[in-house]
Amino acid sequence: MSELDLRELNNTEFPVPADMQGNVAITSLSKLYNWSRRSSLWPMLFGLACCAIEMIATAAARYDFSRFGMEVMRASPRQSDLMIVSGTVTKKMVVPIVRLYNQMPEPKYVLAMGACASGGGPFKEGYNVVSGIDKYLPVDVYVPGCPPTPQALIYGMIALQKKIDGQSLANMDDVPWYGVGPAEPAPVPILGPDIIDPRQMDLIRRQAEMAAAGKSFAVRALPEPIKVEKAAPKAAAAKAAVAATDDPAKAERLRKREEALARKRAAQGQNAPAAEAAGEAPTPAQAAPVAEAAPSEQGGKPKFDKEAMMAKIRAKKANKG
Amino acid sequence: MTDNAVVEQTDTNAAIAVLKEKFPDAVQDDTREGYKGIIVDKNKLVEVATAIRDELGFDYLSSATGVDYLGIGDHLEMVYHAYSTSGGPALVFKAQTLRDNAEIPSLIDVWPGADFQEREAWDLMGIRFSGHPNLKRILLWEGFNGHPLRKDWKEAYYEQDHKPFDSRWPGGHVFRAEERNVYGKNVAYPDDLDLSTLTDVSEESIYSGMGLGVSVQNLGNSEHLQTDRLIVNMGPHHPSTHGVFRMVVSLNGETIESLEPVMGYLHRNHEKIGERNTFLHNMPFTDRLDYISSMGNNHGYALAVEQLLSQGARWTPPTYRAEAIRVLMVELTRIVNHLWAIGFLLNDLGAFFTPALYAIAERERILDFFEATAGSRMMCNYMRFGGVFKDIPERIKSVANLVNDMVRDFNTMDYLTELINERLPRAVDELDQFLTDSEIIRTRTVGVGYLPPEMAIAYSAAGPLLRASGVPYDIRRADPYSIYPELDFDVAVRYNGDIYDRYLIRLDEVRESIRILKQILPRLERTHGENVFGPKQHTPRVPLGEAYGRVENPKGELGYYVVSAGDEKGPQNPWRYHVRAPSFINLTALGEMCKGHKVADVVAILGSIDIVLGETDR
Amino acid sequence: MYGKGIAKGLFVTFKHFFNTYVDDIRYAGRKYLHQENFEVRQGLRPNGGAYTVMYPEEKIAVPERFRFIPFLVVEDADHPERPGEDWCTSCGICAKVCPPQCIWIVRGTNPETGRPVPQPDAFYIDTDICMNCGFCAEFCPFDAIKMDHDYEMASYDRTAVHIYDKKRLSKPVSYWKTIAPTTALEEAVGRGQWEHNDIAKVLKKAGQPTTAPTIENMWLKPEPLAETKAPEPAAPQAMPAKKAAPSANKPAETTAASGDKKPKFDKQAMLAKIREKKANKE
Repeated sequence: MSELDLRELNNTEFPVPADMQGNVAITSLSKLYNWSRRSSLWPMLFGLACCAIEMIATAAARYDFSRFGMEVMRASPRQSDLMIVSGTVTKKMVVPIVRLYNQMPEPKYVLAMGACASGGGPFKEGYNVVSGIDKYLPVDVYVPGCPPTPQALIYGMIALQKKIDGQSLANMDDVPWYGVGPAEPAPVPILGPDIIDPRQMDLIRRQAEMAAAGKSFAVRALPEPIKVEKAAPKAAAAKAAVAATDDPAKAERLRKREEALARKRAAQGQNAPAAEAAGEAPTPAQAAPVAEAAPSEQGGKPKFDKEAMMAKIRAKKANKG
Repeated sequence: MTDNAVVEQTDTNAAIAVLKEKFPDAVQDDTREGYKGIIVDKNKLVEVATAIRDELGFDYLSSATGVDYLGIGDHLEMVYHAYSTSGGPALVFKAQTLRDNAEIPSLIDVWPGADFQEREAWDLMGIRFSGHPNLKRILLWEGFNGHPLRKDWKEAYYEQDHKPFDSRWPGGHVFRAEERNVYGKNVAYPDDLDLSTLTDVSEESIYSGMGLGVSVQNLGNSEHLQTDRLIVNMGPHHPSTHGVFRMVVSLNGETIESLEPVMGYLHRNHEKIGERNTFLHNMPFTDRLDYISSMGNNHGYALAVEQLLSQGARWTPPTYRAEAIRVLMVELTRIVNHLWAIGFLLNDLGAFFTPALYAIAERERILDFFEATAGSRMMCNYMRFGGVFKDIPERIKSVANLVNDMVRDFNTMDYLTELINERLPRAVDELDQFLTDSEIIRTRTVGVGYLPPEMAIAYSAAGPLLRASGVPYDIRRADPYSIYPELDFDVAVRYNGDIYDRYLIRLDEVRESIRILKQILPRLERTHGENVFGPKQHTPRVPLGEAYGRVENPKGELGYYVVSAGDEKGPQNPWRYHVRAPSFINLTALGEMCKGHKVADVVAILGSIDIVLGETDR
Repeated sequence: MYGKGIAKGLFVTFKHFFNTYVDDIRYAGRKYLHQENFEVRQGLRPNGGAYTVMYPEEKIAVPERFRFIPFLVVEDADHPERPGEDWCTSCGICAKVCPPQCIWIVRGTNPETGRPVPQPDAFYIDTDICMNCGFCAEFCPFDAIKMDHDYEMASYDRTAVHIYDKKRLSKPVSYWKTIAPTTALEEAVGRGQWEHNDIAKVLKKAGQPTTAPTIENMWLKPEPLAETKAPEPAAPQAMPAKKAAPSANKPAETTAASGDKKPKFDKQAMLAKIREKKANKE
C-alpha cells in the first residue's frame, strides 16, 4: 500500500515475464489515468456539522486517510478533487456549497457523508434544511449513518475509488469533462421567500399563477401505497437453505458471509451514473398534472376518508335522535 | 462585580417583594400553574430591568427567549432569566405582548448580551424590539417568509402538530416527504410570490450594517469608498471558522474597525422540531447541539425535564450511582472538549495539526469508553429522565463481526482507572510542556482579544470565556446540581482576559476535571450494582409548568427552557423548547474583542471562544 | 532565554517522532494486522508510536452496545417451530418512540377476516432519516428490533436502496447473539427464556418448564414443540403467527390469539365493521 506496486497497474491482457515483474508495467491509458486519479483524491477542507468532526477524526492519526493519498485537505476549492459534504445542508448554506462546487476543477467528485447530506437526516422536516445535497449537486457516493464512524467513511472513500477504477476514458458518460466546450456549472440557488432552484423557475411561476387564480396545491397527493407482498412460506425456503449443513452456527456463519459478499458485490456492481440527473426529484413534479394534484387531501390519505365517514355517520345519528 | 453599592440580595422572593414595592403597578406574580417569577408591564420593562440589575444584584442575563401562547391566552411572551454572578437561583421575569404587531422594548442598553437573543426572537418569533439598533434576522436570511417559531407557521414538510405521526403506524406505507411536495424539495412559497421583483437582499443588509454608508450594488462606484478601507468576508467556508460561521470584517489597513458575525448556516430548526417531538424524542436531538460534548447536552436537558417531572406524583429521582455516572460522563466530555478546543486554537494560530493530533489521540481513548457504554462515539444519547440509559458495562469488549475485525477486551474499571490516573494527567502535562512556554504562542496570544470582566458579564459571556476574565462564575458551584456539592474541586479562574488566559484556563479545567474524576471512581466502586434507571417510560406524564435547567457545559452555561402546557391530562410534547446555547451568546462579545486588532488575530480570537456551530445556529 | 519555550515544545514533538521508531522496533514487523498486538496498541498503554488502524486490512471491531441502522430480529432458519418468523408483533412502539419518525409499519391483517394479527405486513426504515439513537431497540417490549453493527454500507445511489424494507432489515436471532452476547443474555434473562415470548406461552400451556437462560445454553438448539407433551394439535394452533399451511379452523385461531392479547385491536375492528354496515345501508 505504501510503496508503489507496479503489478497493481498491470493490464492482464499482456502478461509480463516473471523476471521483469515489478520493473515493467504494461497498462492501458484508462487504467493508468484512473489509478493516478484515485490515488490522489484531495478532499476539500470543509466541514458542515457533526459529521465534520468524524471527518477530522478520520484525517487524524488513528484512521488516517492519508494512507489513501487523501491527506492533502485543501482549503481552496480550486485545488481539490473531492467534496465531502459532511453534515446537514441548510438552505442558507447550499448557496455557498453550490458555488464552491462550481469552483472546483474537473474531475470532481461529491461524497455525501451521513444521513443529513444524503437525504435530510433527522432534521429533514425542518424548514431550513435541504433534503439531501443531491437535490442540487450530483453525488457519487452516499455514506449512511448519523454520524458514520470513521471506518464507515473510509469504506465510502474506498467505494469512491472503486467507482473511479471502473470508469473508462472511452466512455463520455464516465468522463464528461473531456467533452466539447466548457462544462455547465450547477445553477446556484437563490434565497427568496424560500430557496429557489433556478431550474424550477417555470414550475414556480406556473404554481404562482395557479395560486393567484385561487387554486392552491402546494401539497401533492401521496403516491399509491406500496403493494405489500404477503409473507411467502418462509419455512420451506429457509429450511432448504440450511439443509446442506446440520450445524446451525456454521450454517448461520455461511449465510452471513454470503450476505456480506452479496452486499459488497451490489455496492461494486452499481456503477450506473448516480443521480447524474442532478436535482430532479425522484418523481418529477412536472409529471403531476393540475387535475391530479388538486384533490390531494382527499385522495391521498385513506385516513381522512374514514374520519369523514365517521362524521357523516355521527351526523346521521344526531338527525335521527 | 460592580463597584457601586449593590444590595447583595439573591433571595428571589425577597427580590420580588422589593420590586413589587417599587413598581406596584408594573409588576405582578406569575400565577399560572407551575410557573415562577413575575410578569412585568412591557412599558416599564427597561426601568424594572435596570432595577433588577443595579439594585437587586442580578447582574447576569442568562437567557432571553420568546414563547408563543397561541390558544392559551393568545399572546407572545418574552422570558428573561437573570442571575447574580455571586451565585444563587434565577429571577425570572416576563413581558407579554399581543401577537399582532408584537413589540417589546429592547433590553440591549441594560444587558448588551440580549443583542443576539433579541434578534433571534425577532427572527423566529416575530417580536419587534423597539430601541434595538440592529434588529434584523440572525439565523435565517432577510426576505424569509414568516417567523417560523410561531405556532401557526407551518413548514413545507408539515405533517402533524405532534409526534408520533399517524401515518407511521398501523398503516405505515412508506413515502419520502419530498414526494408529496410539488417541487420535490423542502420548499413552500407564499401565494403572492412575484418572481419578477425577486432580488436577493440577504447580502445587502449585512453589508449595509457595516456602517460604510454605501450600498453593495454601488461598490463598483469607487467614489463612495475610501481606498484604505476594505471589507473582508470570512466564511462560511473557511478553514478556521470551526464550521460554517461567517464574519464580515471592516478593515482599515490591517486593523479591524468593526466585525459583524453572520450565522445561521447550520440553523437546523432544533426548536421547531423540538416542539413537535415528545419530551423523550428531544434527547438524541440534544446530542447534535454541541456535538463535541453530547453528554453535557443530555445532562442539561434531563435536568430541565426532571424539574418538571419532580412536580408530579410518580417521580423517583435518579439514584446515587446514576448521578455519579452522569458526573463521570460529563467531566470526561469536558476533557474531550477542552483538548479539542486547545488543539484547534493552535491550528488557528498556525501550528498546523500537530497539537490537534495529540489532542485527538487522547479523545479517541475517551470515545472508546463512550462507545462501549452509550453505543456511539459522538452522539451518546445516554441520559434519560431519572437516570441513564444503562449501567457502565463490566468490560469494554468488542465482538468480531466483519471481515478483518480485530477485537479488544478491557475491564472497564481498570480502563477508567488507568485513563484517569495516568493517561490523561500525562497528556495534559505534555500539552502544557508542548505549548505553554512557547514564545511564538505567547507573542500571538498575550494581550490579544482582551475582554474586561464588566464587559464579560454585560455581554452574558459564559464558561471559560467569562472565567478567564476574572469572574469566578461556575454553575457547578454557583447554582449546584447533581452531586457536585459533595465533590472537592476549585473553580478555575484567570484574570487577564486574553487568548492566552483562555488557553490556560482550559488546561486548568481539565486538571480540575481529572480531580473530580478521581473522586468519582471510588463512588462507582462503592455503588456497584445499584440500579441506574427506574421503570422505563417512553411517554412520561409531564406536569404543567415551565422549567429552566442549566449546566456548566464545557463551552459555558447551557440552559434549556422547557414549557409544558396545552394539554390538561399531561402533555407529551413540550409547548416550548428553547436552548440557551453558550456558543451563540458568547459570540455577542466577538465584535468588541476584535476591535483594534489585526485581521490575522480574528481567527485566534474566535478559536479562543471555542464555538460549535451546531449549538450556535441550532 | 528567548526560544527556550519553543525548544521545550519541539522536544515533545521529537519525543513522539522518536517513539514511533522505538515502537516499530519493539513489534519487529508484527505491529499491524496481528490480533495479539492490536489490543495493546489500541489500549491505553503505548507511550508513543503510531496507533493507526490499517482500516480495510484490520478493523476495530465495534463494542456490543454500538448502534448503527436497526434491524429486525427473526427466528433462525432452522428453528423447529417457526423458522424465519418475525419476533415483531407490529405493536408500533418503535414507530412511536422514533425521534425523527423514520419507521413505517403496516400492521398485519388476516386476509380472511380483516382483523389485525401480531405480525407486520411491511416494515420500512428510511436510513436517510434514521439518527441511530437506539430508542427503538431500547423500548421494544419484544426485543424484536436491534441496532446493527454493520457500518459498511456506502452506496452509489440512494433512491433505490436507502429505504430498507422488511426483507433487508430481517436478520436471524443467532446473528444478534453473535454480535452482542452479553446484551442478548441480559434480555433473555428479562424475558425468562432464550425463546420468544410466544413460544414461552405455548410451553407454559403445555405445562413444560422453560429453562433459565445462561451463557452456556445460549447456543442450544431449541427442541421442537410437537415432540413435547401434548399429542393433541393444540400447541401449534395457539401459535399466533400466520402459518403458511391452511387449516380448517384458521379464523377462530387468529381471533383467539390476537383477541385476548390486545383488546384495543378489537375495538378498531368493531368500528370498521360498523362503518361497513353503515356504508352498506347508504
